[in-house]
Amino acid sequence: MDIYRAHVLVCGGTGCSSSGSAKLIDRFNDKLAENHLEKEVKVIRTGCFGLCEAGPVVIVYPDGTFYSHVKPENVDEIVSEHLLKGRKVEHLVYTDHATHEQNAEKKLDDITFYKYQHRIALRNCGVIDPENIDEYLAMDGYKALEKALTQMTREQVIDEILKSGLRGRGGGGFPTGLKWKFTYQSQADQKFVACNADEGDPGAFMDRSILEGDPHAIIEAMAIAGYAIGASQGYIYVRAEYPIAVKRLSIAIDQAREYGLLGKNIFETGFDFDLNIRLGAGAFVCGEETALMHSIEGKRGEPTARPPFPAVKGLFEKPTMLNNVETYANVAQIILHGADWFAAMGTEKSKGTKVFALGGKINNTGLVEIPMGTPLRTIIYDIGGGCPNGKKFKAVQTGGPSGGCLPESLLDTPVDYDNLIAAGSMMGSGGMIVMDEDNCMVDIARFYLDFIVDESCGKCAPCRIGTKRMLEILNRIVEGKGEEGDIEKLENLAETIKSTALCGLGQTAPNPVLSTIKFFRSEYEAHIREKRCPAHHCKSLLQYKIDPEKCRGCTACARACPADAITGTVKQPHVIDTAKCLKCGTCMEKCRFGAISRE
Amino acid sequence: MKSLAELEAIRKATLSRINLRTEGDNGTRVVIGMATCGIAAGARPVMHAFMDEIAKRQLSDVTVSQTGCIGMCRLEPMVDVIVPGKEKVTYVHVKPEMVPRIVAEHIVNGRPVDEYTIGAAE
Repeated sequence: MDIYRAHVLVCGGTGCSSSGSAKLIDRFNDKLAENHLEKEVKVIRTGCFGLCEAGPVVIVYPDGTFYSHVKPENVDEIVSEHLLKGRKVEHLVYTDHATHEQNAEKKLDDITFYKYQHRIALRNCGVIDPENIDEYLAMDGYKALEKALTQMTREQVIDEILKSGLRGRGGGGFPTGLKWKFTYQSQADQKFVACNADEGDPGAFMDRSILEGDPHAIIEAMAIAGYAIGASQGYIYVRAEYPIAVKRLSIAIDQAREYGLLGKNIFETGFDFDLNIRLGAGAFVCGEETALMHSIEGKRGEPTARPPFPAVKGLFEKPTMLNNVETYANVAQIILHGADWFAAMGTEKSKGTKVFALGGKINNTGLVEIPMGTPLRTIIYDIGGGCPNGKKFKAVQTGGPSGGCLPESLLDTPVDYDNLIAAGSMMGSGGMIVMDEDNCMVDIARFYLDFIVDESCGKCAPCRIGTKRMLEILNRIVEGKGEEGDIEKLENLAETIKSTALCGLGQTAPNPVLSTIKFFRSEYEAHIREKRCPAHHCKSLLQYKIDPEKCRGCTACARACPADAITGTVKQPHVIDTAKCLKCGTCMEKCRFGAISRE
Repeated sequence: MKSLAELEAIRKATLSRINLRTEGDNGTRVVIGMATCGIAAGARPVMHAFMDEIAKRQLSDVTVSQTGCIGMCRLEPMVDVIVPGKEKVTYVHVKPEMVPRIVAEHIVNGRPVDEYTIGAAE
């Protein structure tokens, strides 16, 4: 085992990978070899650090120096200055969004982005090398499996999960322990455990980051679950669009088999358990549990009515327990530290922490894990750093296409399952999209419904036809052809779809429309009655005008217009031909006299 | 297939290898002067000797890091050993063969090697 004096951690999550972190790793290795430092400094590719906005991220230990936005050419400097001579490269050190200080010190917790967070599910992401089982073991990995198999009965394991108050992190919030108990109680010659890694909400990437950063945590938890309910086989259903996650998961499964942590007679206790990966082809509906199981069986990914619930009749007609990735990521920690430790965090009915993927109009795009009960305001302003460019916050969308948009007045809502539902949205799997004053809420509702219409499997009429009709009405409204009564029609359709659709996808599909009508009804009314988009977003409702008093006839706008819609002679006021105008806004940017306005 | 004891051994060995990423401020730090003067005086073999010795003894709470020139170039290679809660001890004119004794007596047993320190040299 080699000891290195310094470790260079390079984020290998999907965010940083797409901004070029793989090139950084190669460059580091080349430059270290050039300076004969390869035996002193080790380069490690980790999972996601969470602060994707600052990517690619590089941390140098033991100093704990946090470098952000690192480009390949910066690597030479970090090697020759920091690693060879021990001098930090100040201009690359991350600048805290809240304090405007550069944090060159040891503790990541001192950075405002991390200060309010509490990492359980993400505890190893950005700390260990996910492709090295030894590093997972060093972080007390597989100790919980050892404890469960050698010191606990199956009933005790289920009881511990039940007492912890852990609820399903996929969005439903069903008590996890109860699910385990029901499957345990079902009698059958064969049972299965399954993991739902078919993360499909637009803007959500919690599960991907856990699988990429800490795949062994999922394997360990599924083995514990297998022991508890009496299953010897597990399936992980993961999207094929997550190639890095799939690769690391496969490596992790191979390593676990090699160490005897999967396979026959684990720890010589007589318990057998093995895992297989099944790839999803990207259908959103396959995240619904019955559709997911049909897909694993090789059938068409369509939902069926429940009951029978999977705990009674699931995969291959056998009792099956299906949990989400993030739910599993908490299991080993609960077994290791006890139910009381976990239940001490969070609110009365929602225990522990929740991971959110922060996106949209927010400064610190990234991944955060906060204790349940943290107010939305803390997440958006303290951790997320608020809206960029000084724009005004308008709404936050949680719960993906099944959730809703919450306005400024509800920002002090403490985040947990029940509070979010009471507020008119839902927890969902953890996507959190922030919108500012430039976002049109009618168009946002239209976007989500467009997604649903694309992804509806078409099996039941309410979802197939009803959502399509709703989308047509919304399209009409944003095009300026809305009619009096459209809002009522939307509400009527929404209620019908909610109560009659076959599966969760359809039952929750109208939520983005209902919540935007509830909180932003005036925007709908402005579109329909005044043919006006208050956010100046809907192009059909925009009109650009030149104020003849202010126009000097400099011709800058006319030369910039891509549609030749502006006419006029030099030094005379110009005019926009609204029939030709594309509403691109270029003329407004070019005008130096503020003569062009839009409404 | 690994036994429970083997897994525990892997845990311990790996932790000593990666602890510099996770350990807070409670571990012992060995800081070696590695500016041009230090390197010219032979600091790099000294650092390698520290790393070898720490690996050999599987010391899981010791980190080795480097620093720049502190001005007393004539005393290089210089090494600071900082044990939490104790005063910093500075060794001067350190040679690789002196390292096993510093690790054994100072880092493991808590007794600084007085004859190597800056106090003895002055």
